[in-house]
Amino acid sequence: MENEIKQFTISIYTENNIGLLNRISAIFQRRHMNIESLNTSPSEIDGVSRFTIVVNITESQMKKIQGQIEKQVEVIKAYYHTEEEIIYQESCIFKMRSNLLFDERQIQNIIKESNARIVTVNRDFFVIEKSGRKEEIDLLHRELTVFGIMQFTRSGRIAVTKDEMKISTMLLALEQ
Amino acid sequence: MKETQTIQNNTKTTETTERISGSEAVIKCLLAEGVDILYGYPGGAIMPVYDELYKYQDKIHHVLTRHEQGATHSAQGYARISGKVGVCMATSGPGATNLITGIADAQIDSTPMVCITGQVGSHLLGSDAFQETDIVGISTPVTKWNCQVTKASQIPEAFAKAFYIARSGRPGPVLIDITKDAQFEEFDFKYEKCKGIRSYKPVPDTDENSLKAAAELINNAKKPLVVWGQGVILGKAEEEFKAIIEKAGIPSAWTILGASAIPTSHPLNVGMVGMHGNYAPNVLTNDCDVLIAIGMRFDDRVTGNLETYAKQAKIIHFDIDPAEIDKNVKTDVAVLGNAKVSLKSLLPLLHENSHNDWHQKFKDLYKIEYEKVIKDDLHPTKEGLTMAEVLKEINIQTKGDAAIVSDVGQHQMIACRYAEFNKTKSNITSGGLGTMGFALPAAIGAKMAAPDREVVMIAGDGGYQMTIQELGTIFQQKVPVKIVVLNNEFLGMVRQWQQLFFDKRYASTEMTNPDFVAIAKGYSIEAKKVTERKDLKAAVKEMIDCEGPYFLEVRVEKEGNVFPMIPTGASVSDIRLD
Repeated sequence: MENEIKQFTISIYTENNIGLLNRISAIFQRRHMNIESLNTSPSEIDGVSRFTIVVNITESQMKKIQGQIEKQVEVIKAYYHTEEEIIYQESCIFKMRSNLLFDERQIQNIIKESNARIVTVNRDFFVIEKSGRKEEIDLLHRELTVFGIMQFTRSGRIAVTKDEMKISTMLLALEQ
Repeated sequence: MKETQTIQNNTKTTETTERISGSEAVIKCLLAEGVDILYGYPGGAIMPVYDELYKYQDKIHHVLTRHEQGATHSAQGYARISGKVGVCMATSGPGATNLITGIADAQIDSTPMVCITGQVGSHLLGSDAFQETDIVGISTPVTKWNCQVTKASQIPEAFAKAFYIARSGRPGPVLIDITKDAQFEEFDFKYEKCKGIRSYKPVPDTDENSLKAAAELINNAKKPLVVWGQGVILGKAEEEFKAIIEKAGIPSAWTILGASAIPTSHPLNVGMVGMHGNYAPNVLTNDCDVLIAIGMRFDDRVTGNLETYAKQAKIIHFDIDPAEIDKNVKTDVAVLGNAKVSLKSLLPLLHENSHNDWHQKFKDLYKIEYEKVIKDDLHPTKEGLTMAEVLKEINIQTKGDAAIVSDVGQHQMIACRYAEFNKTKSNITSGGLGTMGFALPAAIGAKMAAPDREVVMIAGDGGYQMTIQELGTIFQQKVPVKIVVLNNEFLGMVRQWQQLFFDKRYASTEMTNPDFVAIAKGYSIEAKKVTERKDLKAAVKEMIDCEGPYFLEVRVEKEGNVFPMIPTGASVSDIRLD
C-alpha cells in the first residue's frame, strides 16, 4: 500500500520566516515532485503560520518528505492526511461577459444549482465566486466554459483535520 | 533521558548595553562565541567588518585565503579536527557564490560552520547592483539555516542563533548575509547566547523501549555487525562506542567519515564498508543476522544496491536525525538521540559476548583480501610505486598519530584504507560531496586548529591543482602542513572507471602537469620529488622531520587501480577483488 500514489494534504506549522517558503518548496523540487496546490496563512495560534500543500505521491515518499520538512529549523510540526481525514475547501473566481446573463438563461440556473455567488455585475462583465470541493469547482468550470470565460482563477486547497492536531499543547510544552 | 529545551527569552544578559556599529557587533558576537580564527577574503560589501577586524587583530586571527572556496574548506578542516564551529567570511556577489561548494560539502558531511557574507546596501537589494547576488536564495538548499540582516539591531540575535544551530543536534553550515548599511549603522549592543529555538529540537528524545528492543536483538544475535559513521565522532561518543562493541564482542566496520573513532589497530575494527571498503565487512553485511548502524546514513556508496543490501538481517539504526530513519534502509528498531547518551544507556542492557566463530569469518576473508589486494599494494614487487606504500611509510614515520587530510579520488580511497589512526578526528576528507580541491585548504584549517598535531595532506595531481593557490596562504601564515601529492598524471579514479566500464576510452583524464616542486619552492616551501622506491623512506622522513611546511611529490604508477570495488548498482557482497 505504501507504494501506491495517493493524494496527501500536508499541514505545516511554522515560525513566520521570509525564506521558509523557498526551503519547503525546494524539498519537493529536489525530488522532482509536483506541488498540486500550496497555501500559506496565519494559523489558529498567534504568530504561527500554516502551510497547506497538496501532493500526489506514495505514502513511503510522504513519510520521508515529512521528515525533511520537520528537519527545517523554523518548522514546528508537519502532518499529512488523506482526503478522508480532512475537511477542505478550494475557492475560484470567474469573470464573464455581462450580456450572457441576459442572453443565456441557463447561466442563472447553473449559478443557483452550484451554490456559486455573484460578487459583482457591471455593464461589461460580472464575477462569480464559488467555494467547495475540487470536483464541484471542476464541474462549474466545465459548465461555464461553453459560454466563454473571460478570466478564471482558483485558489490552493485549505483544510482542517477531523482529528485534533495538538499543536497548541505541543507549543505550550516547548515554551515551558 | 528527556532533553529539556529552554527558550531564548529565559537566558540572562551577559553584557551591558553599549553603542557600537553593526560591524563591530559582528566581531563582538564572534568573540562571545569563542571564535579565535576565521578564514576569509575581503571585498567592497564586507569592508566595514574588515575594518573592525583590523582593530581587533590581537583577539581574533583572520586568515586571508587565496580564494573564498579555500576559506570554506579551511573552516571545515578547523571544525573537523577540533569539534568547534568553523567560521568563514566573504564579500557579496562572487565572494559569496564562491563559498557555495564548501557550504554544500559541510551540509552533506554535517560540519558545523558559520559563514558571513557582506551584501549591498539594503536600498539596493533587488536592483542588480554591483556585486549583488541573492546568496540567501542560492545557499538555501545547502544550509541548515540562513538569514539576511538589514538592520544592525538584528545582528546579535542572528549570530546567537547561527552558532547555536550550526553546532547543535546534527551539525551543519549556516549563513548570515549582512547588508552594508547594517554594518555601518550604530545601535545599542548586547549579546545573549541562544539556548533554544521554539521550533527546533536538536536532539530527539531517546525512547527506552527502543533501547530495550535494540538490546534484545543484539543479545540474541549470532552474527551481529556494527557499521558506524561520523555520528560517533560528532556525538563525542568514542568511549561509549568502544565499551558497547567490546562488551558485546561485535565486529565493527566504519564508513569513510567514521574512520578513526576507534584506533585502526583495535581488534574489533574490521575495516571500511562501501565501494572501495574492505572485503570482509562488505561481504558479511549480507551474512550478518543483526546490523547495528550507529551515526551513519546508509549512503549509496556504502550500501551498493539497496534491493540486495542486508536483506537477511534485522536492522537497528541509531541516529540523531529522525529524517535518516527509513530514508534508505528500512529499520526494525530505530533509536533516536545523541550517540553518547543512547550508547551509554544501552551498555548495561547488553550481555557480554565474544562471537568467536563469527570473527573467524572476518579473519578468513581478510586473508583473501590480503593475498589478492593488500599484499601487492603495500609490498609491491613491480617497478612502479603504489599509493599504498606511500601511506605505509607515512604510518611508520608518524606512528599513526597524524591527522590525514585527503582530497577526492583514488588516493583518498587508498588513504582511508591504509592510513593508521590512533586518535579520533584524524581522518579529514570530503565524504558526501566528494569535493576535489578540499584537502589543501582543509589541511590549513586543521593544522591551525590543532598546531600540536602532525597534519599530513594527501592529494592527487588533479585535486591538488583545483586549490593549489592556497600554497600562498600556507606561505603567508607559515602553516607547517605536510603536503603529499601522489602524481599519476591522470584523474585516476575517472580513468579507472574508463578502463573498467568505458573500454579504456580515456576521455580528458590525462594531465600534463607543471613542475610541482618548482611551484612549491616559489612559495618558499621546502619541496622534493620522489620517483623511485629506494628514495621514498628518506623523503617521507625528511618531510615529517621538517619543522615548517613541506611538499612531497611522489610519482606513482600511472594506471594503478583501487580494489576491492563494488561496481555501481551491484550488491555489497558482489565486491570485486580485481
